[in-house]
Amino acid sequence: MSATLQKSGHRATLGGPAPAAPRRRPTSQQWAAWAFLTPVTLYLVLFYAYPLYRNLDLSLRHYTVRSFVQGDAPFTGLANYRTVLDDPTFAPALLHTVVFTAVCLVFQYALGLALAVFFNQHFRLSATLRALFLVPWLLPLIVSASTWSWMLNSESGVVNALLSAVGIDPVNWLTSPDWSLASVIIANVWIGVPFNLVVLYSGLQSIPTSLHEAAAIDGANAWQRFWRITFPLLRPVSAITLLLGLVYTLKVFDIIWIMTKGGPADSSTTFATWSYQLGFGNLVPAFGPGAAVGNLLVVAALVFGLIYVRVQRKQALS
Amino acid sequence: MKRRGKTALGVLLTGIMLFPVYWMVNVSFTRDQDMRKSPPDLFPVHGTLAGYRTVLDEQLPYLGTSLVVGLGTVLLTVALAAPAGYALAKLRPRGGGVLSFLLLAAQMIPGIIMAMGFYAIYLQLDMLQSVPGLIVADSTLAVPFAVLIFTAFMSGIPGELLQAAQMDGARAWRIFRSIVLPMSRNAVVTVSLFAFLWSWSDFVLASTLVNGGAHEPITLGIYHYIGNNNQEWNAIMATAVVASLPAAVILVLAQRYVAAGVTAGAVKD
Repeated sequence: MSATLQKSGHRATLGGPAPAAPRRRPTSQQWAAWAFLTPVTLYLVLFYAYPLYRNLDLSLRHYTVRSFVQGDAPFTGLANYRTVLDDPTFAPALLHTVVFTAVCLVFQYALGLALAVFFNQHFRLSATLRALFLVPWLLPLIVSASTWSWMLNSESGVVNALLSAVGIDPVNWLTSPDWSLASVIIANVWIGVPFNLVVLYSGLQSIPTSLHEAAAIDGANAWQRFWRITFPLLRPVSAITLLLGLVYTLKVFDIIWIMTKGGPADSSTTFATWSYQLGFGNLVPAFGPGAAVGNLLVVAALVFGLIYVRVQRKQALS
Repeated sequence: MKRRGKTALGVLLTGIMLFPVYWMVNVSFTRDQDMRKSPPDLFPVHGTLAGYRTVLDEQLPYLGTSLVVGLGTVLLTVALAAPAGYALAKLRPRGGGVLSFLLLAAQMIPGIIMAMGFYAIYLQLDMLQSVPGLIVADSTLAVPFAVLIFTAFMSGIPGELLQAAQMDGARAWRIFRSIVLPMSRNAVVTVSLFAFLWSWSDFVLASTLVNGGAHEPITLGIYHYIGNNNQEWNAIMATAVVASLPAAVILVLAQRYVAAGVTAGAVKD
């Protein structure tokens, strides 16, 4: 089943006509098709387009709690965006978003690839162990985040206990501004490795083993076989994995909010947590600026999303 | 010999990866007085069920809400996505490509944005803190993914089968209900699993849309619990263990569906 899904998966996401399309498309079939598609189309308009529009509207008006309920907030143009850009939190939030995304991606990909190569070998329990690796990805984020919070606790956390066992001084993981970003990165890498492992593993499966055997006969060692055969042939899958990871990581919110709330002193604030902080984290909500930060995040996500679609389409055609 | 070494290494790596999960279980059985011990006990030496008693006393209503919201999300998602998948895969409507593209783009929108938009809308409709409202919001996590999975899966159903039914006089709806849907059982299972898991795990929509209401899901139950006390970590971790059960059960019972769902749509082979 997995093979069917993948095979036709890219065709579906490509969206173009399938190769075996019938020559004629009778009108009655067109009507039937759109009858089946009407619910989802309405759904997209009501529950995606409309919330996005409301969010855009929020970012262009000056809202107070009162005007939020009454809906008569004055239109202020790009004032909220100016407020956000002038905010002292902007530069650190941008930096943290970039660092968080880049570091998470690198580690998730590198560890995922190493594990995929390892599990691609034949040995007993290989399939079972690979399945167990999915656990961190499946757990509710609140569960992973609170478990990591306790593990990284300064006084009683098991991580500091392990460090002291090898003679390293305890680290104030969540309470020191120097370490809070590293802490949420560690937790997020742990959550993201399984996805990279599974996707890259399925990419490895499609590389014919005969290539490796031929190279082995020619005297290539394991590292040469990986670097000169596996890695280049895996490049398309790697590109998709990294782009999708980029889009996912950019919007990570739960982990950071639950573990550090973006603190201490904004040291782990990203655009996602900053937006939530502005809109819902204070007694006096700043919906306008919160929505403005959120919209900047949407733009970033959609830019990389479009790149993803382009790459996906190009690969499907080739 | 060499193979045995690889198995051993694999077990070791899996052990390291799953250590946080083990630690959650370990802490859930640890007594209050042993919680701040340094170094901590690596096993629940003086095991206690106090944490789990607290879960039973305090968290059952949250778990019930999560179950209702999860099942509601599954029904809504399958009902919307299965017909759409059939149309996109087999009826090839004009504009279908655009729709597929929009569904893909919808998956890129950050959850926090959806949360804020829904909050603004629900506030005006007076729908905050309602279970149906949360079901609708949670379904946005799964619907686009579900349509793409159904489309991919239903493309694999042989066209001859559907044409034969058409010859016998069956209309599109009949073909969908009597042939396509029964044959797509695996896709229904995959979609339902993910819709349930995502809704069960959702935190950001719940914390914006039903926070402080009468019906809060388990993610908020845990979140309040952490906020209100940082002493009883055994109870917090016991709640976390219980909240993880659906994920564990699903992985054991339906491992191949999970793996298929993760890779579907992400990669071309």
